[in-house]
Amino acid sequence: MSSERPDPDLLLAKVEREQAKARRGRLKIFFGASAGVGKTYSMLLAARERRATGIDVAVGLVETHGRKETAQLLEGLELLPTRTIDYRGTWLREFDLDGALKRRPSLILVDEIAHTNAPGSRHPKRWQDVNELLNAGIDVYTTLNVQHLESLNDDVGQFSGIRVWETVPDTVFEQADEVELVDLPPDELLVRFNEGKVYLPEKAERAIKNFFRKGNLIALRELALRQTADRVDAQMQDYREDHAIRDIWQVGERILVCIGPDGLAEQLVRAGKRLASGLRGEWIVAYVETPRLQRLPAEKRDSILAILRLAEQLGAKTVTLSAPEIGEALINLARERNITKIVMGKPTRRGWKRWLLGSVVDTIIGEAHNINVQMMGSSRAHPAETELVVSGRAPPPGLKAAPEQKHKRRTRGYLLAVVVIALCSVVAEGLHGKFELANLVMVYLLGVVFVATHFGRGPSILASILSAVAFEVLFVTPYLQFTVSDSQYLVTLGAMLAVAMVISNLMANVRSQAKVAAHRERRAAVLYAMSKELSAARSETEILRTAVQHIHAEFGSRNVILFPDPTGRIQYPTDTILSESVQGSDLSVAQWVFDHNEMAGRGTNTLPGSELVYFPLAAGNNVIGVLALLPVNLRRIFLPEQKKLLETFISLIVQAIDRIRLAEQAKRSSVQMEAERLRNSLLSSISHDLRTPLATIVGSASTLVERNHVLRTKDRLELSRAIHDEALRMSNLVGNILDMARLDSGMAQLNRQWVPLDEIIGSVLTRLHKRLEGRSVVVKLPPGSPLVHVDPVMIEQLLVNLLENAARYTPEGSPIEITAEFGPFSVSISVADRGPGIPKGQENLLFEKFYRLQGERAQSGVGLGLTICRAIVEAHGGHIYAKNRASGGALFSFVLPFNQAPPSVDLEEESKP
Amino acid sequence: MAISDPVIVVIEDDPQMRRFLRTSLGTMEFQVYEADSGQQGLVEAGVRKPDLIVLDLGLPDMDGVEVVRALREWTMLPIIILSARSAEQHKVDALDAGADDYLTKPFGIGELMARIRVALRHSANNSEHAIDQVFTTGELKVDLARRLVHVGEHEVHLTPIEYRLLSTLVKHAGKVLTHRQLLTEVWGPAYVENAHYLRIYMSQLRQKLETDPTRMKYLLTESGVGYRLKA
Repeated sequence: MSSERPDPDLLLAKVEREQAKARRGRLKIFFGASAGVGKTYSMLLAARERRATGIDVAVGLVETHGRKETAQLLEGLELLPTRTIDYRGTWLREFDLDGALKRRPSLILVDEIAHTNAPGSRHPKRWQDVNELLNAGIDVYTTLNVQHLESLNDDVGQFSGIRVWETVPDTVFEQADEVELVDLPPDELLVRFNEGKVYLPEKAERAIKNFFRKGNLIALRELALRQTADRVDAQMQDYREDHAIRDIWQVGERILVCIGPDGLAEQLVRAGKRLASGLRGEWIVAYVETPRLQRLPAEKRDSILAILRLAEQLGAKTVTLSAPEIGEALINLARERNITKIVMGKPTRRGWKRWLLGSVVDTIIGEAHNINVQMMGSSRAHPAETELVVSGRAPPPGLKAAPEQKHKRRTRGYLLAVVVIALCSVVAEGLHGKFELANLVMVYLLGVVFVATHFGRGPSILASILSAVAFEVLFVTPYLQFTVSDSQYLVTLGAMLAVAMVISNLMANVRSQAKVAAHRERRAAVLYAMSKELSAARSETEILRTAVQHIHAEFGSRNVILFPDPTGRIQYPTDTILSESVQGSDLSVAQWVFDHNEMAGRGTNTLPGSELVYFPLAAGNNVIGVLALLPVNLRRIFLPEQKKLLETFISLIVQAIDRIRLAEQAKRSSVQMEAERLRNSLLSSISHDLRTPLATIVGSASTLVERNHVLRTKDRLELSRAIHDEALRMSNLVGNILDMARLDSGMAQLNRQWVPLDEIIGSVLTRLHKRLEGRSVVVKLPPGSPLVHVDPVMIEQLLVNLLENAARYTPEGSPIEITAEFGPFSVSISVADRGPGIPKGQENLLFEKFYRLQGERAQSGVGLGLTICRAIVEAHGGHIYAKNRASGGALFSFVLPFNQAPPSVDLEEESKP
Repeated sequence: MAISDPVIVVIEDDPQMRRFLRTSLGTMEFQVYEADSGQQGLVEAGVRKPDLIVLDLGLPDMDGVEVVRALREWTMLPIIILSARSAEQHKVDALDAGADDYLTKPFGIGELMARIRVALRHSANNSEHAIDQVFTTGELKVDLARRLVHVGEHEVHLTPIEYRLLSTLVKHAGKVLTHRQLLTEVWGPAYVENAHYLRIYMSQLRQKLETDPTRMKYLLTESGVGYRLKA
């Protein structure tokens, strides 16, 4: 018995676990200025205290670096097993995220949140592991050094000369529930360092020794203290807000950081971040791509992309604009988003150039009246060097540009330039002598203009030089000699070069703008086409097919859309596979994406090792599925404009699916309402139609029982007849209701057989012999009486109902006709009467359940007869209809198809027995 | 009620139905014994030496078809089954298992009496091996000894199969015969699945014997079950 009794401790633990699931875990960071200040030590002390209060503490990963004091503190704490990964021959010890999630302690210790995981781990960075632990409701203690903070990385690099590659986004630090500063004065730290109590990785020993200079340590300490102070300040503000202390009305600051393709971009982003967190404002990083910038080499564009992603990680919103004029675009953006501060680099143009051509900065300062503009100069001697170093974050694999294919085209341009100038020379030769030399120059100018408009700058320069040379050699005396002594033709050469440059530049701009416009138009067209098809789609399958095909067409990626089963587990699709579908998607990744509403897979920060990219199919927080793509080229997905397009696609798809699902839900509920209505009318109908005969039966029977002694034989007979008739009527009624229930529930199985139609009709007429007495029933059957492939019992019931109906609604003695016509694979049977006909407009209503012609209450029957007829005909795959005959009366007709040829019968020879 | 009155065992679980049968049959000079379950019914059938059994197919303890099989292991006495509407297959199973006839609830006492009379007559014929050589119903006259068929004054020519079919029906006149029984009897056991043969020949037979084939007087259809020749 005792084994059945739940252990209270276990129960309590279970309740706690469930509560933990419901909330997000708390993150506490032990924050220090540098290695050696005692963060891990403090963390372990705090953990022991927590454990002493009965909290379930486990150590996920703690580096003691051989320090005795630290190791001692670990004693008695539960150490979770770590994962070892073989990375190029060395064994790396890594935190085991899945193990920890499975073990699910209340509090887990994970040292060094800035750590980069070994390749092949779920997340590239440990802070992402920590995030997942928090999401699972587990509290986490971790440690962090100030120089690992993303936004400070740059500053620390500047004064210490050492850049760390392992960084943590500032958001992690900001969102931490608690930050405990572990502080040690620089002098004491140096003492510890000299005593060898500070762990140093062996490889970088010398560099790090350099790092441990007093000046550095002071600066680092200041940074750490300031960072903590900022946090405390922010907490104070939150507190004031929470407690409605609003003595100061603060207008939310919005900062716009404008970056260009130069090396300043990264610094600008970090500065923007600092400014934004200092002002506690929102910030936007914008990059304006002018036609000129679009022609930058792919590596440069990738580095800009990487910086934009860095900005996103630092918490900024990013915007990429395509516009011809940077200044104007930025001003518009600033107005649109209510920007209060703009951060940008110092103008690159100086002196007369700036005066003559203007600069973006001047445009903005001139136009933005209510906006503060902050400018930043390059602090480095060689800003160009930093261009591609985005704090160690190389563009994700596959994001690098594909090898340029333009080389061939360019060669062709140069060749054609030569050909064009040769042609010009031929033409000019023809004109030579008849016209002035100046006119011949025009021929060449025409050639140069042609080359410039068609093949761009390089070929046009070649063409202008060739023209000058050809002109000089061919037409300027002495013929066929190259002397530039005739200096006046140098002017010709110069003019031609200038024309070539101007036109080719103009053309290049026009071309790229045309390209951009075409791009946009195409994108709009693509979106339009898809949304049109999606809104025309009638089912989820159709939507999915449309979606998969369009995504494939636009992004060149085979893809698949995965949905969860009712329990929330992502499943493989069951629909037919399209040629655009991708197979072999990883369900566990998809599940992660579905649960976290974040993208994962190749080119992202989560499970970048997978082959596919997974996007949550979500509108806001409502995730309905996962889109998995097999990218041909990651650029086609991750370039900002492409990604935005994909997001638009996704939201369109989600909307379309939502629409269909809502429609289905509405349909279901209307079906339910209809069922409800039917049940009600069934109840009222049955209660009326069953109670009436019952009343007669009970009344008559009670008279027979109680008044037996006074009843005359004639009365007794009369009462008995009443009981008999009413009982039969009830029996019919119940039979009809049962038939309907059987047909409705699908329990009635069709038992098709080959039957001569006259047998069925004969059987019906025999059954209704009494009911049809005194009427002429004419049966018109084609001779030979072909076989029909039907369920004979059901068809008999159908005909009985139709004939009973005719008998009920037509005057006594009026004729009824039964006609049958045969098609090759069907039979059409009609029952026609000479009654009053069907009221106009009610021809189809007749077949509805419980429908009765108005004012027919006195007639017996619940109004199920024709409904049963329709159900029987539909079970046979046929259809039934009613109409009025031109010559008066009603006609009910039904067609029954049969999909088999009649069976062969070997009939015997006719012979005498 | 005389000692020589025919004995009927009614196997039926519904007390009201038993009361109706007991009362009605009692007034018709039958000795009625009742059983409210299949097991008890089998005991009664052994003890009372009945001339006929009325068996309800829906019994609480055993399937009615099982009861028919159990009875047929030791006796050929006539069995009339009672069944609810819309259970054609069940009826057919019981008939194929050896029941003699059936009635669908609800039924009138007239129908029940007609079935009982036919069944008792057939069992009497079987025991005495004396089938009438000439069968007559309405205008139809079948002379089994001379293999002649007349409708009114006209002799009708039948094919061998048609005749075999008609004579089978005549031998069981008034009783229902299932499709399977007729097919086995006329065409042989290999043909039991070819119900359309039976239907086609029945249709031909009607063309020849009935004045209006859609208003049968002699060859009646028991829909979903089989045929019956009006006795």
